[in-house]
Amino acid sequence: MTTAPARAGWRFRQPSVIPGFGLTLGFSLAYLTLIILIPLSGLVWRSAALGWTDFWAIVADRRTINALQISFGTAFAAAAINVVFGTLVAWVLVRYRFPGRRIVDAMVDLPFALPTAVAGIALTTLYAPNGWIGKLLMPLGIKVAYTPLGIVIALVFIGLPFVVRTVQPIMEEIDKEVEEAAATLGASRFQIITRILFPGLAPAIVTGFSLAFARGVGEYGSVIFIAGNLPFKSEIAPLLIVIRLEEYNYPAATAIAAIMLALSFLMLLVVNLVQSWSRKRYG
Amino acid sequence: MEVRVANVRKEFDRFPALHDVSLDIKSGELIALLGPSGSGKTTLLRLIAGLERPTKGAIFFGDEDASQKSIQERNVGFVFQHYALFRHMTVADNIGFGLKVRHGPSRPPAQEIRRRASELLDLVQLSGLEKRYPAQLSGGQRQRVALARAMAIEPKVLLLDEPFGALDAQVRRELRRWLRDIHDATGHTTVFVTHDQEEALELADRVVVMSQGRIEQVGTADEIYDTPNSPFVYGFIGESSSLPVKVENGDIWLADRPIGLSAPHAASGEAMLYFRPHDVELLDGCSGCIAGTVAASRRVADTRRVELEIGGERQRVEIELPVDHPAAQKSRVAFRPRRWKLFPAA
Repeated sequence: MTTAPARAGWRFRQPSVIPGFGLTLGFSLAYLTLIILIPLSGLVWRSAALGWTDFWAIVADRRTINALQISFGTAFAAAAINVVFGTLVAWVLVRYRFPGRRIVDAMVDLPFALPTAVAGIALTTLYAPNGWIGKLLMPLGIKVAYTPLGIVIALVFIGLPFVVRTVQPIMEEIDKEVEEAAATLGASRFQIITRILFPGLAPAIVTGFSLAFARGVGEYGSVIFIAGNLPFKSEIAPLLIVIRLEEYNYPAATAIAAIMLALSFLMLLVVNLVQSWSRKRYG
Repeated sequence: MEVRVANVRKEFDRFPALHDVSLDIKSGELIALLGPSGSGKTTLLRLIAGLERPTKGAIFFGDEDASQKSIQERNVGFVFQHYALFRHMTVADNIGFGLKVRHGPSRPPAQEIRRRASELLDLVQLSGLEKRYPAQLSGGQRQRVALARAMAIEPKVLLLDEPFGALDAQVRRELRRWLRDIHDATGHTTVFVTHDQEEALELADRVVVMSQGRIEQVGTADEIYDTPNSPFVYGFIGESSSLPVKVENGDIWLADRPIGLSAPHAASGEAMLYFRPHDVELLDGCSGCIAGTVAASRRVADTRRVELEIGGERQRVEIELPVDHPAAQKSRVAFRPRRWKLFPAA
């Protein structure tokens, strides 16, 4: 018993023999602190200066709540749509060989590269009541531009590459033999997709969803052109922050930012917990 | 279930992988498809499974034409070299998968599926591992689960594609014996692919030797080893040596000397003489023998392998001598093959 070390609890896992653990960890921490932690803690600091009651009054304000609802609701809807169609696009790119496949593959990245304002203006032009698509939808009573539906469309555009690019590599790794094994065991094509392929892709799909969702919550440039920005109806939280800033109402701006930060962090935490649970189970 | 492969041809993008292959497999037989890579053995196995469709020809299970059926309907058990287990399912769920995806009355109740899975786990000697995930098993254990999964659907034929190829030598030998036991206990008609001749000869009732998309020879281990019917089989199975010779009036000549072997039915002309290095008799004098100068001599396990240079063209052949044989010390050795075969010169 005397030889047993008394220290227990937190300990570093033995790093490998390759040197550089101390250096790289130190750099990573310093870098993350500089780039992420200091600005965010500044945000929390400024809104904390506000005091609890004032903070709550700003957050519980009808306009703030509506803006948050619109931001998170449209981001969620857009991410959900992207999960379905992004997975489909990834499937087509991975599984089929057709002329122009590389061009389609490259096209997926365009929303990454395009200035978001350009995307917003282009989409608004298309979906406005007198635009090419808006004109067709008008008689059906569907109004896209200047409504939350427009926001969803802008966010679908922005979020698509996140889903495709996270699902695609995992899909490429799927062993063809696993599908063949299922087929020889008598599984139909539908059963193979739902019982074999989908569970294998689920973690990647969840990651793609959370990335697209996070991007959607924070998106500003493309949304403000198509949203119409009517308070209580199509005003997103990031825009509300900008409005408060322009009113020199810094406390209100930081309060809204802080609550967005908390909500986003919470959602990403949940997603990560789901991920690590599934990783532990399936290796 | 008998399996009959009838004049099957398979092309991939016009490149022929199998030329007109026919093979009869008896019910309950354990058959090995043996050949180097690219010989078409895996293609033949996949055609039987229905994972590929023949370009020409048909495959019969009993009297039924199986080539008209989809993979799902064929009811074959297929075991892959890299296991192909469903990694998000437990061992028990993997084994029960084939029963769970059935429809209607042919689908057993959940309890029955579970019972069947643990029964099969007992058979493959992995009792108690129902709740594990494939990632938590060793390679040998995974392959056993894969076999149990394939047997769960009571297949008409069991097909194994290099089943032990990814395992290390020790586990391989163990699983080989174990597969034979399982085959004897269950009696499934089984076809397995291998490039390991030891595995094929030891395990199979009959061995199908394949090369370049054709079947070279079908036979028991003894037939394949003792009476190879082509230079390829001679070279591929076991050790062999060969010499270019000439046949004249039923006598075999090496360069300008007769070697004391007669082949009364062979056509006159150029030919290749094949023999096993260990199946030779050493001679003292040389009136009708093959004589050569010793170029190299190596100890290989229980024998000494001597490389001889023969004749003016310095053809090299190998023969095997007992370790303590005095001939290995000499600079010139004369011998005559005991068992040999002539093939037309290539």
